This record gives sequence, C-alpha cells and structure tokens, in this order.
Amino acid sequence: MRRKESPGVTFVPVTEYAVQAEGLVKEFGDVKALNGIDLVVPRGKVVGLLGPNGSGKTTTVRILATLLKATSGSAQVNGFDVQRQADDVRRSIGLTGQYAAVDEFLTGRENLTMFGGLFHLEKNYVASRSDELLHKFDLADAADRPAKTYSGGMRRRLDLAASLIAKPGILFLDEPTTGLDPRSRIGLWDVISELVSEGTTVLLTTQYLDEADQLADDIVVIDQGQVIAHGTSSELKDQIGGDRIEITLDDEQSAARAIDALSGVVSGEPTTEGAHYSAPVAGGSSVLIDAVRALDARNVSVADIAVRRPTLDDVFLAMTGHGAEDQQPERPEPSRRGRRGGR
Amino acid sequence: MSAPGVQSRRPVLGWTIHDSLIIARSTITASFRIPEALFFQLIQPVIFVLLFAFVFGGAIPIPGAEPGSEGDPSLYREYLMPGIFGQTVAFAAAASTVGLAEAMQRGIIDRYRALPMSQPAVLIGNTFANALRQVLVLTVLSITGYIVGWRINDGIVNAILAYLLLLLFAYTVTWVGAYVGLSVPNTETANTAGLIWIFPLTFLSNAFVPITALPTWLQYFAAFNPISALVQATRELFGNPTGAPTDYWTLNNAALYTVISCVVIIAIFAPLAVRKYRTAARK
Repeated sequence: MRRKESPGVTFVPVTEYAVQAEGLVKEFGDVKALNGIDLVVPRGKVVGLLGPNGSGKTTTVRILATLLKATSGSAQVNGFDVQRQADDVRRSIGLTGQYAAVDEFLTGRENLTMFGGLFHLEKNYVASRSDELLHKFDLADAADRPAKTYSGGMRRRLDLAASLIAKPGILFLDEPTTGLDPRSRIGLWDVISELVSEGTTVLLTTQYLDEADQLADDIVVIDQGQVIAHGTSSELKDQIGGDRIEITLDDEQSAARAIDALSGVVSGEPTTEGAHYSAPVAGGSSVLIDAVRALDARNVSVADIAVRRPTLDDVFLAMTGHGAEDQQPERPEPSRRGRRGGR
Repeated sequence: MSAPGVQSRRPVLGWTIHDSLIIARSTITASFRIPEALFFQLIQPVIFVLLFAFVFGGAIPIPGAEPGSEGDPSLYREYLMPGIFGQTVAFAAAASTVGLAEAMQRGIIDRYRALPMSQPAVLIGNTFANALRQVLVLTVLSITGYIVGWRINDGIVNAILAYLLLLLFAYTVTWVGAYVGLSVPNTETANTAGLIWIFPLTFLSNAFVPITALPTWLQYFAAFNPISALVQATRELFGNPTGAPTDYWTLNNAALYTVISCVVIIAIFAPLAVRKYRTAARK
C-alpha cells in the first residue's frame, strides 16, 4: 500500500527542494512552448518565474501542477514525480491561477466547504479552517454572500484561500495579481508575504518586475521557453552593471566642467547628452556626497542628481532585447487594452 | 503519518461517489442562486405546451384514434404531452454543455484537476445534478399538462415508470452535453452548440406529429431516434394515445429500445467526456 503523505505544514521535508524540474520540453503541435526549462525551488523560499506573455511561465506551472504532461523532461514536487505520482503531488500543492477560479454563484464559505470536501478533509476541520481563512483574508463580512458580489481583489483572496484549505506546503501562484488595481495588489502581496513567513514554499509567475522584486528570493527569467538568467534580484541587476550616477545640469555649457570635476569620483567612462550626465559609480551612497562636493567646488549648478540602481526592467531589456511587458516581436502591436491575453 | 483533518482512506469508488455528491450539491445550489435562469428553464416547455395545444392542436390528426374523434383538440393534447416531456428532458443536455464550458473558461476545471479528488466526479456530479433538476421541470410541466386536459390513464405505477424513463434519458443526454461542453472553444459557442443538435433530434421524431406523417426516408431516421422510442414508451405508460401502430421494432418495444439506447449512449459518451476532461485546458 502506498503511504499517504501529509499536505500539512507539519510535514517533515524529505527532499531539499520543494520543486525540481529538469529539461522540461513542451510542444503544442509545431510550437515549442518550453525548450528545456531547469528549475529548483528550495523549501521555504519564494522563486519568481519572470517573463513576458507567451514565454512559457504558465505552461511550466501547469506541468508542475499536473495539469499538463511535458513532452520530455522530468519534474518532482515535494519529492513526487508529477506524472507517475500525480495524486501525491496534488495533495502537496495549492494552485492559484490567473483567474479567480471560484464558483461565483456560491458564497465564499460554500466555496471553501466544497474545495475542502474535494480535498477529502473532515467536515469539522474544513469548517474551522474556512473561518480562519475568511478572517485572515478579510472576507469574514462577505463570507455568506455569493462570490459574484465580490470585488476583483476579494475574489482573488477567496481563490487563494481555496487553495490553502488543506494547508499545502507548496503554493503555485500563476500571475496572482494580474488585472488587479494597485491597492488590491499590495493587499495580496501582504497576504503572500505572511504565508511565506509561516514557511510556505512559493513558485510565483509574474510579468511584473516590481512584483518579482518585492516577493521573490530568487528570480528565474525565462523567454521563449528558455531560462535566460537566474539569481537574486541584486545579482541580476549586477549582471548588467552596477549603480550609475545620473545628473541633470542647469545648463549644457557646464557639461565639460562636470566631467572634469567628477573624474575622481566616478568609476568609469561618463556619457553626456545635452545637460544630462551619466556615469557608473562604485561605493554606494557616499558617492553622492562626494559628487555634490566636487561639483560645488567647481561651481557647477545642478537641477537633479541621483544614484540609480538598475531595475529589473533594465535587466530584461539587456537580456532579451525587448522589455518585460512588451508583446512578442511577431505580434507587433503592443496594445495595452486589458490583460486577458493569456498565452 | 496523516495530515490534520484528512479523512481516512476509502476505496476509489467510495471517493468517486463522495466527490460526485459534493459537485452535484454545489451545482444544484448554484442553479437556485440564478432564479431568472431557473424561471426561463421552466417557462420554456410551458410555452411549448400552450403553443402546440392551442395553435396546432386541431390541425394535426391522430391516426388510429376512434372514428369521429379525429380533430378533437383534447385528444391531441393527450398525444402531445409525452412529446413535450421527451423534448424537455432532451434539453437537459444544454445545461451541462453551458455549465462545463463556463467552468472551463473560468479556470474552475483547472482547479478541480489540480485537486487530489476523483477525476470523473466533476462530470458525474454535474450530469447527475442537471438530470435531477428535471424533476422540478417535469413537475411544473405535468401540472401545466393537467390544466390543458392531459391525464394519466394507466395507473400510478406505470406513471412512475414513465417519469423514471424520462429521467434516465435526461441523464443520458447530459453526458452528450458534457462532451460537447468540454469540446467547444468558449461559452459563446457552447450556447449554440449545446442546442443545435437537440432541435432536429426532437422534431425528427414522433414527439409532435405521428411518424406516419413523415416522408419515408425520414420515417427510418425517426423510428431509430431514441426520442421517438422514449415518447412512444411514455405514451404507453401514461395511457395516452400513441397513433397508428407501425412495423418498427424500435417502436413496438419502445421502453426496451429506450433503455438500450441510454446504456449505449452513456457507454460511448461518458468515457469520451472523461477523456476530454483529463486533458482539458482553459481556452
């Protein structure tokens, strides 16, 4: 008889990695959606899968969540093979997709009761766990209203609550905040951060750089079905060069004096364009003070001065040749009407 | 080791029933939360009864009726009601088509498929709920029929058998509906695809006109159409007029042919639908 593993947080880790995938390839007819994805998610960490629409993020998550069979390659979740031990994988995970996948005609509580039952949990346990989740996600007042009446943010929180009903140790979040207004987004980030602080492992896909920056310990950048970079947020930023000092001068004529004044402060070749001066620097924020002093000594007046870290947007642009939120090159019109595009 | 609150092990069949009942209950609860939809689902067959009873009633002669009684509208109404019953339960398929297409489009099927639940349970529960809802529809329809002059003439036991046969047929077609719902690309298509095959199927039968009134080539189709057998069997069991006798085995053994058809259709479409479900993806 097969042993039934616990989906609870009390589960003792048997493998170092919560998620481990090697050489995942997925073909849809002639289209190669994944072209050899390698991925590990250490237990208790948040890994962000970052890429534009159509890069293969959702396909990867669907394979890991047992919804799709990979054409080749292998993957284990919580130590279970996603193809051969699908039921054990399903007991170990919670999945929240791009859409609030709840029954909108049922109330919040009825939705949780239904999913708890389908997880084969005991009735009493489901009742108390539902209460706990409804309170935690600020849905207690709306618990007995049909989900149809909920706002977008509330539906997403209910959706997340539904995937947490069995206390899964591993959570897959597929673009959890896509389509939400900024306030609901931040609210959902808080909820996710709290789960992580309680020890949940999270694999998150997103096309928002700030989201990956905010939530993820490790970021895997994928484009056209391949991993093109991975590391922490600051490692990725370092890969495309460190900090730069950016100065806007009061007038263009002082550009030459500025270059001269700062030659001992900056760490590389400066570039100027009109009244704008930019150069790589090393040494953090003290550079800013040195730069202001040096400019002042030469009577160069400044409209704006800042030391800027590259954003993940810069990372993306440098690595893929296109921005993270741009459409694929073969779809030229980057229309921004809504985000319901999918793959 | 077991997780907090996890129920003890059960055999696979036990879980399938357990999960199917949860899905069925949720489906039924949800349908009562849309009173408008329920209202129109009930009103549609009632309108059919009134249209046929009062518009076509006197114009359709029932061959084989007693001499002198042709053209008697109350006779046609007795003849008509089992036809309306048959047509109505056939439309139960559309509810499964639309329901499953919507669940798929909204990503709920994805969620179910990522749960450690019995995989066929979503379809078993959904089809069961939609068939069960026909109990309510048949009740309203029977009352309407009674008002326009339809009667149960052959005892309560046969009447119950007639209703059970209708529900079996409803359950059967919901599997076809489920398969269609999982095959269409979106809910807009589901709304039409769910109905398009039911209309010709119900009209190319003996539901509203005697089969002998059809051209010969259509008679063959109508004779083997399970809806004809269902309607014929229902007429016999309710003790309503059946029209002139025919040479078709399917109609002379109507109840048997109906049950065989149901078993065959389920045996074909349930595995097809479950297979579709297992590889279903939100479109």
